[in-house]
Amino acid sequence: MNQQKPSLPKAPGLVSQRKRTITIFIWVGVAALYLLSSIHTNASLLRFDGEFFSNVGRMIGQMWPPQMQYAPAIWPKLAETIQMAVLATALAAIFCIPLCLGAAENIANNKWIYNTMRTFLNVMRTIPELILAVLFVGLFGIGVFSGVLALFIFSLGILAKLMSETVEGIDKTQLEAIEASGGNKLQVIWYAVLPQILPQFASFSLYVFEINIRASVVLGFVGAGGIGLLIQQQINFLNYPAAMAVVMVIFFVVILIDFISNRIREALL
Amino acid sequence: MNQQPYLLPPRRKRNVKALLHKCFWTLLLVSLIGWSMQGIADELNAERVFSMRTIERAQTVIPQLFQLNGDQFFRIVGLIVETLAIAFTGCIMAAILAVPLGFFTAKNMMGNTLIGRITHAFFKLWLNATRTFPEILLALIFVASIGPSPFAGVLAIAIGSTGMLGKLFGETIETVDMSLVETMQANGATRIQVLFYAILPQVVPEFLSYAMYRFEIDVRASTILGVIGAGGIGTLIVISAANRNWGEVGLIVLCIIVVVTVIDYLSAYARKKLV
Repeated sequence: MNQQKPSLPKAPGLVSQRKRTITIFIWVGVAALYLLSSIHTNASLLRFDGEFFSNVGRMIGQMWPPQMQYAPAIWPKLAETIQMAVLATALAAIFCIPLCLGAAENIANNKWIYNTMRTFLNVMRTIPELILAVLFVGLFGIGVFSGVLALFIFSLGILAKLMSETVEGIDKTQLEAIEASGGNKLQVIWYAVLPQILPQFASFSLYVFEINIRASVVLGFVGAGGIGLLIQQQINFLNYPAAMAVVMVIFFVVILIDFISNRIREALL
Repeated sequence: MNQQPYLLPPRRKRNVKALLHKCFWTLLLVSLIGWSMQGIADELNAERVFSMRTIERAQTVIPQLFQLNGDQFFRIVGLIVETLAIAFTGCIMAAILAVPLGFFTAKNMMGNTLIGRITHAFFKLWLNATRTFPEILLALIFVASIGPSPFAGVLAIAIGSTGMLGKLFGETIETVDMSLVETMQANGATRIQVLFYAILPQVVPEFLSYAMYRFEIDVRASTILGVIGAGGIGTLIVISAANRNWGEVGLIVLCIIVVVTVIDYLSAYARKKLV
């Protein structure tokens, strides 16, 4: 905890006494909070004893080697996971356009629209995707539809937030030029806003796709479709090598998709 | 389309290569989406999803969601405190662990020797691997090995966060003003003195800012850890959804929204003050 404390000493006189006291208070407060929360979660450093390591070691020993014969059962579910992520991203990309225009200060001149949109998006982003999935599974029943819907809402919030910030950062002169020559709002958006945000739009959509892939992996835990179901099944059957095989497959797929998407995004911007 | 062409700049020549490029990407995108639609179509069960039953269910569930059920309010508050405690403990552990990891992944700290380069590459790879795992998969492994407890959640958060924090810390250290380091070395300072007086003062504010940002993410992540039994509010939400106690689900979701918003706001304020 105290590793960072030595950053405080500076040449005398550079930091006022008051500021130094405040800093020390904050550090002590953080340390106390850490102590309290580690007691509350029963996660003190004392837990890292021989027994803990032997438990984790035994678990890893049981999981290794991953049972790759199980792989054929994985592919259809893996494809389903990716398809869910693709669909959710595509839907989010379409629906985010009106939202992000409404949440951008330079397009939505109406203060009310702007503020409502902002609050709406902020609230939307605070609900984790798995909790949305629990809600939708309750509403629409177990299945892929609930998962896609949860991913869609979750990624819509992120994408619209990112895009509205991009829209706010665009070159204003083009908007004014089209407005001055008599273009209406739609023409301003089509000819001045869209060309400027298109590369970022593609890049952020890919980024959200990456997030969606990771998120869709776990949706299966609550019955919202995808590969998570397999992991949970295999762990419940205590068939750890098979579960490990699924985890390894996910690991490599995520790395692969991240890599491809990063390459495309670098080329885009 | 335009009656006054003389006002416009001459029309650009059509770029065939760019057009082909565009066609290729559009085709790829369309086929990807088509493949997904076709793959999920039979799973989607449009008749079942949009059946009368769903509509009836929606009519009962949605109003109930807003009739907040406060019977278990104090239990919910307790679990939210536990969620925050998991996120905080995990995040602090990760922040401490990430400092040495950051130094190992910073190119300017590891020097240009063979050992230095190997360490750099090794830790970089390790951090990338850690970042790939969703926290909840890590939590699943820990729950399986040490049993369902908040401790499993703390471990998952801690290990999941080191990946991102280590990478960001490393990048921060790489931007350190090396002339200060050289000055101190020229004055005969030991390595420890260089570390404490030249490097750390430059990087600590950014470290803290990143750690706070990661704490925001961790709070969101720890709310769902309970779904697999790693402590926190997630357990209760799954239980009340299974019991069709929608009023309680609504209250929990509301609590999560409020807590996450407040924490985001506080953290953004503190980060603005820091940097």
